[in-house]
Formats: sequence, C-alpha cells, structure tokens
Amino acid sequence: MSTITSELKLFKATDYKAEIHNDWCPGCGDFGILNALQMALAKLQIPPHRTAVVSGIGCAGKAPHYMHTYSFHTLHGRVMPSVTALKLANHDLTVVGVGGDGDAYGIGAGHFVNGGRRNLDITYIVFNNDVYALTKGQASPTIAKGQKTKSMPEEAIMDAINPILLGLACGYTFVARGYALDTKYLAELIAQGIQHHGSSLIDVYQTCPTYNDLHTKTYYAETVDSQPRLYHLEDTDYDPVVHDPNDPVEIAQKKAQALLRSQEAGGRLALGVYYKLDAPTYEDYLKAKIPGLREKPLAELDLFHRDISPNLRELM
Amino acid sequence: MASYFSWMVGGPQGSGLNVSAEIFAKALARSGYYVFGQIEYHSNIKGKHSAYRLRVSDVPAHSHVEAVHLLSALDEETLVGDMYHEFPAHCGHVHEVAPGGAILYDAEQRKFIEWIGRDDILLWEMPYAELLDRALTDAGKPGQARAYRIMTNTLALGASVAVLGFDFDPVAQAIRESFGMKAGKVAQLNVNAAKLAYEYARERFAKQMKYKLPPAPPKREQVILKGTQAVGLAKIQAGCGLQTYYPISPATDESVYLENYQGDYNLVVLQTEDEVSAVDAAVMGAHGGVRSSTSTSGPGFALMPEGLGLAAITEAPGPVVVLYQRGGPSTGLPTRQEQGDLLFALNAGQGDIPRIVIAPGDIEESFYDTFDAFNYADRYQLPVIVLMDKHLASCSQTLPVFDTAELKIDRGLIYRPDAESNGDYLRHAFTESGISPRAIPGTPGGIFWTTSDEHDPRGHITEGIGNRIQMMQKRMGKLQLAAREIPEEKKYRLLGPAAGRHKTPVLIVGWGSTKGAIVDALERLDPQRQNYSFLQIRMMRPFPARQVTQLLQGAAKVISFDCNYSGQIASLIRTETGFSVHHQVVKFDGRPFSEDEVVVAVEKALADGTERMIVSEGKVVPPEYGLEQFHAMLELRNKRPKMAAPMVPLPPGYNK
Repeated sequence: MSTITSELKLFKATDYKAEIHNDWCPGCGDFGILNALQMALAKLQIPPHRTAVVSGIGCAGKAPHYMHTYSFHTLHGRVMPSVTALKLANHDLTVVGVGGDGDAYGIGAGHFVNGGRRNLDITYIVFNNDVYALTKGQASPTIAKGQKTKSMPEEAIMDAINPILLGLACGYTFVARGYALDTKYLAELIAQGIQHHGSSLIDVYQTCPTYNDLHTKTYYAETVDSQPRLYHLEDTDYDPVVHDPNDPVEIAQKKAQALLRSQEAGGRLALGVYYKLDAPTYEDYLKAKIPGLREKPLAELDLFHRDISPNLRELM
Repeated sequence: MASYFSWMVGGPQGSGLNVSAEIFAKALARSGYYVFGQIEYHSNIKGKHSAYRLRVSDVPAHSHVEAVHLLSALDEETLVGDMYHEFPAHCGHVHEVAPGGAILYDAEQRKFIEWIGRDDILLWEMPYAELLDRALTDAGKPGQARAYRIMTNTLALGASVAVLGFDFDPVAQAIRESFGMKAGKVAQLNVNAAKLAYEYARERFAKQMKYKLPPAPPKREQVILKGTQAVGLAKIQAGCGLQTYYPISPATDESVYLENYQGDYNLVVLQTEDEVSAVDAAVMGAHGGVRSSTSTSGPGFALMPEGLGLAAITEAPGPVVVLYQRGGPSTGLPTRQEQGDLLFALNAGQGDIPRIVIAPGDIEESFYDTFDAFNYADRYQLPVIVLMDKHLASCSQTLPVFDTAELKIDRGLIYRPDAESNGDYLRHAFTESGISPRAIPGTPGGIFWTTSDEHDPRGHITEGIGNRIQMMQKRMGKLQLAAREIPEEKKYRLLGPAAGRHKTPVLIVGWGSTKGAIVDALERLDPQRQNYSFLQIRMMRPFPARQVTQLLQGAAKVISFDCNYSGQIASLIRTETGFSVHHQVVKFDGRPFSEDEVVVAVEKALADGTERMIVSEGKVVPPEYGLEQFHAMLELRNKRPKMAAPMVPLPPGYNK
C-alpha cells in the first residue's frame, strides 16, 4: 500500500458509490456524511469488497444502500451486534457501522454501551440530528431539555445524552465529533477512525432541514462572542492522545479533558478527535486464545474437519 | 424382563451432590450398566434443596421412575421436606422410597427420624462427621471435620456404593478423575474418606438390602452425557464458528461447555449484553460466512423474534437457535421442566417467517438434530430452531459413542464469482428452487446489499406489488422444498406396529423429552409391541402432516402427551391435520414425566375414557390436587419440628 502514490490510486470516492436513486430529502445532512465516508475509504484505498457497511433503521439506516460495499441494513438499534458479528466472522474486513442518534443512544443504547467495552476494531458513525426524522421528527435522545423543534408538539423535558461522554464512559478508544457539512474534515476524521486500532465513535452533527429548525446550517455557521460556533480541535493546543496507554492517570486526565471540552460553556462546539487510546482490541484477545485466528479470519478457516473424539473420551 | 435399581441423593444445592452423583454414574457406566440420571434443583446458588436420581439398568433406560430403592439423605429437608418457608415447597422424599427400600442418613439428622413415620423401610444412620474426622486424622489433619464438611457427599457416595454391592475401585477412579490431575492429595483424601464410609456401611447394612443392582451387562464402549453437552458436541462437529449467548438457565451450560474448547476448535463464543444482541449477532455471523448459533431459554427467546425475522427476510444461512424450554410464563420456573414454548417457537415474530423447527426427543437425537440444523440453515438460508427443554438439558444417559463418520456438511449454494462477473450478482435473485446463491463478504465480485425491509433481488428496498408477491413466495417456498428434501425418518418416528389390516389399538403421540418416559412405559405396558404404538413427532415445521394424518387415522385410540398446560402438541396436530386426539395427557408441575405417569395415564384413558388428564407425582390427579397438596403441606409444617434454612459449608480455605 505504501508504494501507491496519489496519482496511482486504484479506488476513487465514486467507486464506493452505488448506482441507485437516493431518496433522502434534498439538502439533508446525510449526504455530507455519505460523501465523507466514501472519501475516507478512497483515501485509505480499502477495496470495496473488503468493506462492510452496516446500519440500523431510519434515514441514516438507508446509507448502506448508497454504498458500493458489502451492505447490511439491519434492525433498529442493532448496529453494534451486527458489526460485532461481522468483524468476528472476518477480522480482515473494514467494518463501518452507521446509524442515527435514536438508533445508537435510544433503542440501541445497551448495545452501544457494551459495544464500546469490547473495543473491537470497528468504526461507528452516528448521524446526530436530534430528531427521529423518518417518523416525522419526534424528540431523540440528543435533544436538550427545554428545546422544541418545529416537529415537536412540546418542548423536551428530559435531559439530552452527551454522546462524547457516553462514548468515553463505555470504553470507545477513539472518540470524535464531526459536522456533516464540513465534509472534507469529516472524511479526515472517519479515515482516522477507520485506521484506529480499536472501537471508534464518530458522532456527527447533522442538519435535518425538514424537521429540525433549531440546529440548522445557519445555526452551525453562527458566531458566538464573535468567534465561529464550530471550530477544529487541531487549531487549539488540545491533545487527545493518551501517550502512555499503561498510565491510568493519563487516561483519566485525557478523559476528563474530553469531558470538559464536550460541554463547553457559551455555545461553541469543538469538532475533531476528543480522545484516542491505543489498547489491545477484542480480536487481539481472541487471537491470543484461539490459534486459528492468528492465521486467518474465522470465515476462512476450515472448521468442517474437527475431531470430537477427545471430547467423547472425556465422557466415557 | 428388564430390571433396574433406583437411587436418589438429596441435599442442599452447592454441597456437591451433583458431582458425586455424576461420579457414581460414570463408574456404573464404565462397568457396563445403562444409566439414566435426572436432577431437580432450585433457582438458587447455595442452600436450597436439590435431588439427583439415577436409574441403573441392565437394558437402556430413557426415563426415571417414581420409586426410590435407596435414598441418601444429606440434609433434613430430604427427610422431612421444606419446613422453613411460610408455604412449604415439598415434603421430602421419604414417601418415594419403595417398601423394603432404605434410607442412609447423616447422624446429625437423628432428631428428624421420628417424623419419618414408615415402618416398611430400613433406616440406616451414618456417622459422617466421625468418619470424616478419622479420614482427616489419617491425613494429618485431626479435628478439622467442620472445615471439610463439604466432603460429606463423597462419604455418602461411599456408603451408597457399599449398600448397592457395587465395586469400590471404579468409584475411586472416578473420584480421582473428578479432581483432575493436579489435586493429588485432596483426591486421595476424598477416596480414603469414601472408603471408610464404604467399609462402615458394608459391614453393617449391605446384607439387609432387599433391592440389588441387576447383574452388569457386558462392558461396551459408551458415553454418559447431558443434553447440553450433546448439543455442544453437535455444534463442534457441524463446524459452528460463532456461538452467542446471554446467561440463562437452563441453557447456559451448553455455551459454557463450548467456551472451554474455543482454542481447541477455533470456535468463538461471544457473551452478549442481552438476547436481542445474541440473536442479531448470530444472524450476522451467518451472513459473514461462519456457521452461527445461539442458545437460550424462554425468557431469552422472548427477546429474539426480531432476529428471526431479520434472518428470514435477509435470507441469512442461519442462525441455529437452541431453545431450552423451562416453566413459564415470564420468569416462571427457571430451573424446572416444561414444554410450553412449542407454539411460541413456531409463531414468534411479526409476519410470515420461514423457519425450521426440530424437537429432538432424547440426548442422542439432540446431537444428530443439532448437526442437521446447521445443514438446513445453510441449504435453505433461514433460521432453524432446535427445541430442547430443561429435562433434556440436564438429564444424563449412557449412549453408544456417536457415529460421526456418516455426518456430511452441506453448506448450500455459495456464489463464487469469476474475475469477469463483477457487477451482475443479485443476492436475492429469483431462482427456480427459491434459493439464491449467497456470497460471503470479502469475496471479490460478490458485493451485495440486503435489508430488513422488503427488497428487490439486488437487496434494495422496494414496496412494489409484483416483487412482494414473488419474494414472499420465494422465502416461504423454501419450507416446501425442505419438506420434500428432508428424509421422513428425521420428521417423525413410529415405535410399534403401524395400522395394517386392522387399526392400531392405541397410538400414543408425544414429542421432545416426553419420548423417554413413553418408550419405557411402552416396554412395560406392551413388551411384545402388539397393542400400543408410539408416534414421536420430531419436526414441527415443516410438519409431516400427510404421514401423521395417516397414522392418526389408522389408530383406534390416540393419546397425546404434553409437558404443558394447554396440550400444545394436540393443538398443533389439530391445526396441521384437522385431527383431534381422543385423550390429552398434560403435566405442568415443572417436572418431567416419569415412566409410571405415562403408564397410569394410558391405563386410565383406556379404562374410563377421560379426555383430559393432569398428571403429577406419579398419579393422574384431579384439578383440586394442587390446592389439597398445598394445604396438606401447611398442616405438615405445623406438626413437624421447626427447621432452620440449610447452610452450605464452603470448601476449606475458601475465605483465605
């Protein structure tokens, strides 16, 4: 791979694009995320047939149909069980989960939590638009208390989930935030997430022009105290990387720093990598105890000529 | 005439009585005996009552009998029952001891002996604490009997072995093996202690024992195993690569069994956060190119219908879902027997879900049916449910060593593109058979889409009418294909005469684990196999309707057996064949059928024509039976001495 120069690239972003009519609303933020994912895969030159994109249900759930990769549009909230099993079946695949905020943090919350704990080498992109759009705009787990979009009859009286905090608490080892309409930057984050050896969470602010009239393109473009609302963490002295993965103090400090940054006062919103820890993955632990996995992915091993006679002898 | 010995050990959960019973069973099996073991236990870790029965026979045994010839009592509860709860759960096992039978009890329970109230059985006191102290003294640990009280179960085993007139050596060998290779000293201490109890009981009691072990049949190579082990072995043999599970009784033992062999067989066992995740992960593992399965019980299966639907609509090659039924509804009876999920397994999920449902009737069939389940899943690309239950999960049986030579793997149609074929692959292509070759993710040229929405042949969402009609027929039609291809003998079995010129006088219909008790009962009712036949229905979907209808119509009387309240097999038969069985026998007390219960129910059906019979505790009982028992038990408790809840000793050094 290192010999491939930019002129000699085999795969272009369009190679990851399926030939199918897209039925998202015009102007939907999802287009930005889809493009960013295709750009990221092209940047990393991962062959489409070595990639699996897996979704839950909702507008974001349709994303795999628009990808030219192995594509699974599964059940509401079940992105994590699905990517987990695909990755276990074939650890050589690049497995990307996509889903909405309701899918990830609402109906799929239990899976989201335990998926983080496993630290499989997967990437989970959450399309976060604060509403359940496909069912016409009900409040999602990320809408803040007191807020009301035009699609909601009343303002929310529950607190919002903070995805960055939740991701840190669950054990995701790469936690980032992107913005759907900052596509190039998002592509860069997704590429980093895919390259990260471990579970990557990329929560993406996504505009819903049909139902969310609060967090619009204009809102995200606003200035706060004469500074842009959105900014990139790279442009500050913020360092997300845990440099000594064996140092629990540094891990705690880096998590605390991310916690503070993810609830910044004054309405500014940081995009970028909040936290990154290089730790052994679930697959690493499996490889340590299951010798075959050191040679080949599970799906490629010959499991059909096993000899159970030692087990039978134990029962004699 | 077959002869057998029926042994039971009762004691608190966590005291090691199941280990000692299994040691005994193994020693007997190696000496050539046919053994059937059955355990009853509470949903509890330590202290509540459990009882383990062994039926030791000179012919294959498939069930337990009510009568106990020798009862080994490790706690007072075995003798007088549960007398410390507001509403007692049972009254002990003394009433199960056959006239002329014997009870070996611990000297510490002497004060309860006056409450036994039977003069037709032998009561033998064993000074386990003293004997244990002697064994410990010999091992240089005098005065530590209290700390080593957990060893009482080994001593009790020694005493039982002596009374049965069985050799001590094979038992000593099995005790040593149970401690593994490392624990040499502890193992020897246990053997020595068991030997002391053996000698003590042999000198004093053995000669008085009326019931004897039958002569041992010639030694053969045989295994003794439980249903969870048979299913686990079948999964290994079938090439299962991914097993997912969430801990639940009584299914967990199977997954834990597999966990022990992950490294040996390149098998991944994934413990998930819930059963929703377990089933969905198994669906996706199957899509990923790995034979995948999950195991659960009713409450877990209640979370799985969405995964069955996902597997069905995306035409995943699996998963294999092993459902160990237990007493329901809801949490119900977590560790007790019921076959209450037959109709649930057939119908769980929204919409029409093509699925294959198999119900093995015994441990041997559990092995072969689970193996086949993976072939069906791959061949027909649908979920396959193997219906087990608590009884099959935890009973143990001697069996001939499984013959694996004839077992063939069928992975179904796999799409293998050539270099030029990129782009024309349709994952859900319409084909003549209804099966579309499946690509395995990672294959160049095999890229596909699939979705839980209705979809077109390429796997993209569509709500078109023509496509919908064809896709539904494609998916559901796979069941007809399976019905045509799967051999008859895997769908049902007939034991005894089929109707010829005359109608079969009596046809007993059963399914799943009722098989064992029915087979043994038939041996007793009709050793010549002239008047009774047994129809075991093994495949619930696709249901062998034509053949079953013929057999039912060829019988003068049809009696169905169900371990559930409503008579679910009778109901399924009516749905599939329009035939109403003449007599329905149901049992829903949380315990499996015994041989005796089948015999009495059949006799009663034929004697007075009762249409619906409830059986429990060896009898056909009236509906009032439960309430009467409930009050009788309260009365007993008021009469008997106050009892403290049992405390289970911890092994020495546990708290260090």
